[in-house]
Amino acid sequence: MTMTTAAAAAGQIGRARYGSISRGRRRALFWSYFFLILFVIFFLTPPVYMFITSLKSSAEISAATNPWWVYHPTLSNYIDLLTQNQFLIFFRNSAIVSICVVSITMVVSIFAAFALARMRFWGSATLATGVFLTYLIPESLLFIPLFKTFAYIHDKTGIELINHWWVLIILYPTLTVPFATWLMIGYFSSIPKELDEAALIDGAGYIQMLTRIFIPVAIPGIIAAMIFSFTVSWANFLYPLAFTTSADQLVLPVGIVTTLIRGDVYAWGQIMTGALLGAAPPLIIYAFLMDYYISGLTAGATKG
Amino acid sequence: MAQVALRNIVKMFDRTPAVQGIDLDISDREFIVLVGPSGCGKSTTLRMIAGLEEATSGEIYIGDQLVNDVPPKDRDIAMVFQNYALYPHMTVFENMSFGLRLKKFPKPEIRERVQAAARILDITNLLDRRPKQLSGGQRQRVAMGRAIVRNPKVFLFDEPLSNLDAKLRVQMRTEIKKIHQTVTTTTVYVTHDQVEAMTLADRVVIMNGGRIDQIGSPHEVYHKPRTQFVAGFIGSPTMNFLPCRLVENGAGLTVRLSDWLALPVPPSREARYRPRVGQEMIFGLRPEHIREGRGDMPPGSAAFDARLDVVEPMGMETMVYFIVDGVEVCGRVDPAAAGNVGESMRLVADLNQMHLIDPRTEVVI
Ligand SMILES: Nc1ncnc2c1ncn2[C@@H]1O[C@H](COP(=O)(O)OP(=O)(O)OP(=O)(O)O)[C@@H](O)[C@H]1O
Ligand SMILES: [Mg+2]
Repeated sequence: MTMTTAAAAAGQIGRARYGSISRGRRRALFWSYFFLILFVIFFLTPPVYMFITSLKSSAEISAATNPWWVYHPTLSNYIDLLTQNQFLIFFRNSAIVSICVVSITMVVSIFAAFALARMRFWGSATLATGVFLTYLIPESLLFIPLFKTFAYIHDKTGIELINHWWVLIILYPTLTVPFATWLMIGYFSSIPKELDEAALIDGAGYIQMLTRIFIPVAIPGIIAAMIFSFTVSWANFLYPLAFTTSADQLVLPVGIVTTLIRGDVYAWGQIMTGALLGAAPPLIIYAFLMDYYISGLTAGATKG
Repeated sequence: MAQVALRNIVKMFDRTPAVQGIDLDISDREFIVLVGPSGCGKSTTLRMIAGLEEATSGEIYIGDQLVNDVPPKDRDIAMVFQNYALYPHMTVFENMSFGLRLKKFPKPEIRERVQAAARILDITNLLDRRPKQLSGGQRQRVAMGRAIVRNPKVFLFDEPLSNLDAKLRVQMRTEIKKIHQTVTTTTVYVTHDQVEAMTLADRVVIMNGGRIDQIGSPHEVYHKPRTQFVAGFIGSPTMNFLPCRLVENGAGLTVRLSDWLALPVPPSREARYRPRVGQEMIFGLRPEHIREGRGDMPPGSAAFDARLDVVEPMGMETMVYFIVDGVEVCGRVDPAAAGNVGESMRLVADLNQMHLIDPRTEVVI
């Protein structure tokens, strides 16, 4: 008698536990969706707001009608900006700077990360940590000493580094190289060492091993580092603000702000349009690179 | 095709020695197996032959060339790694032909060689696949194929079968043997599986703690182990070791194992053991040399009765365990003859196969 009740109770506990597992799952799903939706709203509201405003005329913006609706959509902001020579110069400056910075960063960081991840040499571990620590120094601390340095170089050599857009090509790698290197050290270390050893034994030199085996296998990590470098060089605000002033030397983020805000007059429609247009290239590039960013590229290399 | 020679090779990692002075001569076309417990320096030795690690001191020759300062790519060796290390972004064909393409072989020859290797390994239908579309065994074959197509001077294998399941391992073991009979390239093969070592090797090299304990044919290392370590390492189940005292007993010598068990030394061994009379020694006898007592008693064997402690039927034979002075001793008997646990059983020890070990030097006498 007591035995049967115990068994029944045990059965019930068992069933109750199963029920609670699936209920737990449902609850977890509910909350994850809840926060995902919250997150999406939080992050998509500003671009949507920008897009709506960019379609409004100045009159409609200052009339302060419903901010979430366009009553008289117009493309005039887009046309104005894209026919302005100035905006196109900002765009060109930004593009050249970013492409150069990404290239320089990749060349330096891939070699540095490979050396730090693969070659055991005296102090390599300390160096790897040091690389990351450099990244932690905020740029706002660095721009004043950099200013001094540039002034010193000007005094000594006569080369003027201030107020030239191309100086950003020298400056940005100080931000991108450390982090990109650190990022890739992590990824490179996850690639089995035997892969490059096999290539060396198969008759490849170091460069051949890098270009034909290692880099193709490390593509996901390299792309992550590229995206990071591109984002930094495309969107950095402080350095161009500090180091460039003439209108034809500005890059996009600073250009939009300094030329479209005249005194206390904000050309809101054009600012929004410029910001949206400025955000387009990174979006396009990410979408394009994501196709190549297939994680688990090493699948099949080893026993698995 | 080439011989390989190691001369007093030492390898230190920082200050810890991994390999402590190895001398090894491998003749052309020979199949050498390095065995030993984990961490004894097998992989390190192999990697030094490959050029992936630099020897701290000593000389390595491949063919007649001193290769200490030759980079791996110029050593003309091929290596199969434990984890295969296939290039994941290449097809099987590209994996196998990578080395040949680097050396700029003409396309038709590359195709021919890859096809030939693929036929040997039975992977012709996999050439267009990527490594991730292959099973573990197939990946293992591709890794071997990548080595074979290069037609190198030396093959190096680092535990190539240890990732396979037991059945596939046995199958691939036979296959590697067959391939070596076809290709006859000098081979150095690392394993910690002594069955692999015994079945594949022309000569087995048994390593222990960064040193070579013995080099010999499988037959030699099994029947004439040089040290207690080798005696215990080769053979499964492992050799029984019992502390004993060698005593003079009128006509001959006797090994006294406990107050109830003493075994006579066969006359053929008396001259060898006589100087040790009265000393504490270690007696070694393999389980396969302790059999069930039958009617006839071959010369040199001795019968005794033992109370069985554990009985393990294996199918073809049965392992019986009994205790001698606190030490468990294993015998291999006919399943039909095996007694029951707790009962006494008549056993026969074949003392022609016995070993005596000096406990201080651990060297077999
Ligand atoms: N890169 C390294 N740095 C420091 N010590 C190492 C390194 N590689 C190996 N060792 C040490 O050298 C010794 C020999 O290692 P090795 O890899 O040759 O052993 P093994 O015989 O191949 O063992 P296993 O059967 O486990 O593969 C070990 O004690 C190991 O800890
Ligand atoms: Mg090893």
